[in-house]
Amino acid sequence: MYALIALGYTMVYGIVRLINFAHGDVFMVGSFLAFYAIEKFHLPLPAVFACAMGGSAVLAVVIERLAYKPLRDAPKIAALITAIGVSLFLEYFTALHQVFGPNYYAFPRPFQVVSREIGGITVTNIQGIILLATLATLGALQYVVHRTKIGRGMRAVSYDFVTAGLMGVNVNAVISFTFGLGAALAGVGGVLYGIAYPQIHTFMGVMPGLKAFTAAVLGGIGSIPGAVLGALIMGQSETMTSAYLSSTYRDGIAFVILIAVLLWKPTGILGKPRAEKV
Amino acid sequence: MRFLSNLAKALLPCVLLSGALLFLSAREILNPYWVQIFQLACIVAISSLGLNLIYGFTGLFSLGHAAFYGVGAYTAALLMKWHIGAYGEEDLLLTQAAFLGSLAAGGIAAALLACLVGLPTLRLTSDYLGIATLGFGVIMKVLFDNADSVLPQLGGARGMTGIARLTGIPWVVFGMGGALLVARNLIHSRYGRALVAIREDEIAASTMGIDTFRYKVLGFTAGCAFAGVAGGLYAHLYAFLHPSNFDFLKSFDVLMIVVLGGLGNLGGTLVASFAWIFLLEGMRVALPPEYIEFRWVLIPLLLIVTMLVRPQGIFGLREFPFLRSRATR
Repeated sequence: MYALIALGYTMVYGIVRLINFAHGDVFMVGSFLAFYAIEKFHLPLPAVFACAMGGSAVLAVVIERLAYKPLRDAPKIAALITAIGVSLFLEYFTALHQVFGPNYYAFPRPFQVVSREIGGITVTNIQGIILLATLATLGALQYVVHRTKIGRGMRAVSYDFVTAGLMGVNVNAVISFTFGLGAALAGVGGVLYGIAYPQIHTFMGVMPGLKAFTAAVLGGIGSIPGAVLGALIMGQSETMTSAYLSSTYRDGIAFVILIAVLLWKPTGILGKPRAEKV
Repeated sequence: MRFLSNLAKALLPCVLLSGALLFLSAREILNPYWVQIFQLACIVAISSLGLNLIYGFTGLFSLGHAAFYGVGAYTAALLMKWHIGAYGEEDLLLTQAAFLGSLAAGGIAAALLACLVGLPTLRLTSDYLGIATLGFGVIMKVLFDNADSVLPQLGGARGMTGIARLTGIPWVVFGMGGALLVARNLIHSRYGRALVAIREDEIAASTMGIDTFRYKVLGFTAGCAFAGVAGGLYAHLYAFLHPSNFDFLKSFDVLMIVVLGGLGNLGGTLVASFAWIFLLEGMRVALPPEYIEFRWVLIPLLLIVTMLVRPQGIFGLREFPFLRSRATR
C-alpha cells in the first residue's frame, strides 16, 4: 500500500523535481470519497474505486494548475513551500464541520474478512486484495509509461522538459496527466487503506505520505520499480520492529534504514547516479 | 575604542527594547499573554536565524531543524533541573548564571549533534539531504518519546514538567540581539563568504580553494547551535516540554518563516518570525469563537498566495542597513 502512494511521489518528482507534500492528503481525500460512496450512495466496489480515483485525480490536477504551474520557473523552494501550504490547507479545510468534519469515521467493510492458512502463513482476503490491486496498478502503470504515447511524453519531460517541449511534447498536458495519474494511484491506496484499517480521519495522510515519500527515496526516486521495492522494505521493517522491538520505535526505524541507504547509495537503491554538470 | 562603540551600538537597542517592554508590562499596559507571545516570537526568530544560516546562506536543505531545537530544550531543561535540585533557587545570581550556562550547554549539545549528523549526511545533495534530515527529525521525535526509559525526568511521551520559568524579556531580547549580531558578523567574515560561495556554486567554490565539505559542516553546526539556544529559552518559557513540539511539522514552520522572509536575508527572517507568530495568535483573538478552526485554513491560503505573488520571499534580498556589510552600506 505504501507502494501505491510512493508511485505518485516518484512520478511527480521524476518529472517536475518537486516533493509534492500534498500527495498524502490527496490519498486522504480519496479515502473519504470512497467512504461517502459506500456509506451514502451504496455504490458497488468497482464504482467506489472509480469514484476515489477520479476524485483524487481531478483534485490533483486542480492543485497543479492553481498552485504549482505558476511557480514552475520560480526557485524550487517556493513550490515546495506552496506544497506544504496546500497540504495544510487540505488537512484543515477538510477537518471543518462543513466539509468532512474533524472526527474519526469508521470505514464500512464492503465484504467479510476471511483468513486462510497458506503454507503456514495466515493470509486474510484483505491482504490478498491489496496485493492484487497493487500488482494490477503497477502493471497498468508500466504499460502506460513504457507503451503509450503519453508515457513516452512523460519520460521525455523527465529527462529535460525544455527540450521535450521543443520536440513537440505538450509539456503542460503531460505534467497535469502525471499529477492526475499519481493521484489516481493514491486514490486506490486510500480505498485499500480504508478497507485494511477501517478508521479514517482528515490527518491520516500525513504519516503514510511521509513514509511513502521515504520509500520512494529509498528505492531511488524517479524509478517506478524502485518505489515498489522501497515500499516493500519500509513495510517489512516496520512490521518487524513492531513485532520484535517495540511499536514505539516503529516510526523511527524506517528513517534509520533510509539514512543508512542514502549514505551507502546517495540516489537510492535503484537510482541512477546523476553526473554533475559544470 | 572602536570596539567599545560597536559594543554600545549593539547593546543599546537591546537595553532600550527590553527596558521599554519591562516598563510597559510592569504598568500592565501590555497584558502577560502578549508579552509571552512576544517572547515566543523572539525565540522563534533565533531558531529561524539559525536555519537561515544553514539554508539561506549555505544552501543546505535541512528539514530537521526542530530536532536540534528539541535537543537544546531538553538539555537545558535537564541541566537546570539538576542545578536547582542541588543548589535550590534562593541565590538569584547563581540561578541566573546557571541558566546562562545551561542555555550555552543546550546550544553546544545541538551543535555537537549537528556535527555528528552533518559529517555523514552533508555529503548528500539538495533534496536527498532534505529527506535525510527530515528522517533524522522523525528519529529524534521517537527518541524524545522514549526518553523516559533512560532518564525518567525527561518525561518521554507524557512530556517533561517541573521546569523553572526563568526566561524573561531581557533574556529573549538579548538572545535575539546576540543571535543577530553573531549571524551578521559570521556572514560578512571570510567564513560567511565561503558559505555564500558554496550556496551559489559548489563546484566553483571548490575550485577557488574552499574546502566545501568543512565549511558545510561548519555552517550546519553554527545554525543548529542557534536552534539549541532557542530551544533552551523555549523550555524555560513554557515550563513544559512535549515531544510533539519538536516533530518534523515544526521544522516546516521554521522553513516557512525563513522562505517567507527571503532566503539569505536576516532582517526578513526577523520580520517573518514576528509576523508568523503574531498572525497565528492574533487570529485566535480576532476570529469569532465559532470560526476559530478557520485559522489553519486561512494561514495556508495566505502562505500559498504569498508564494505565488512573491516566490523570492517578502523581502527578497533587500537587507536592513545595519545588517549589511560595511563595504556596501
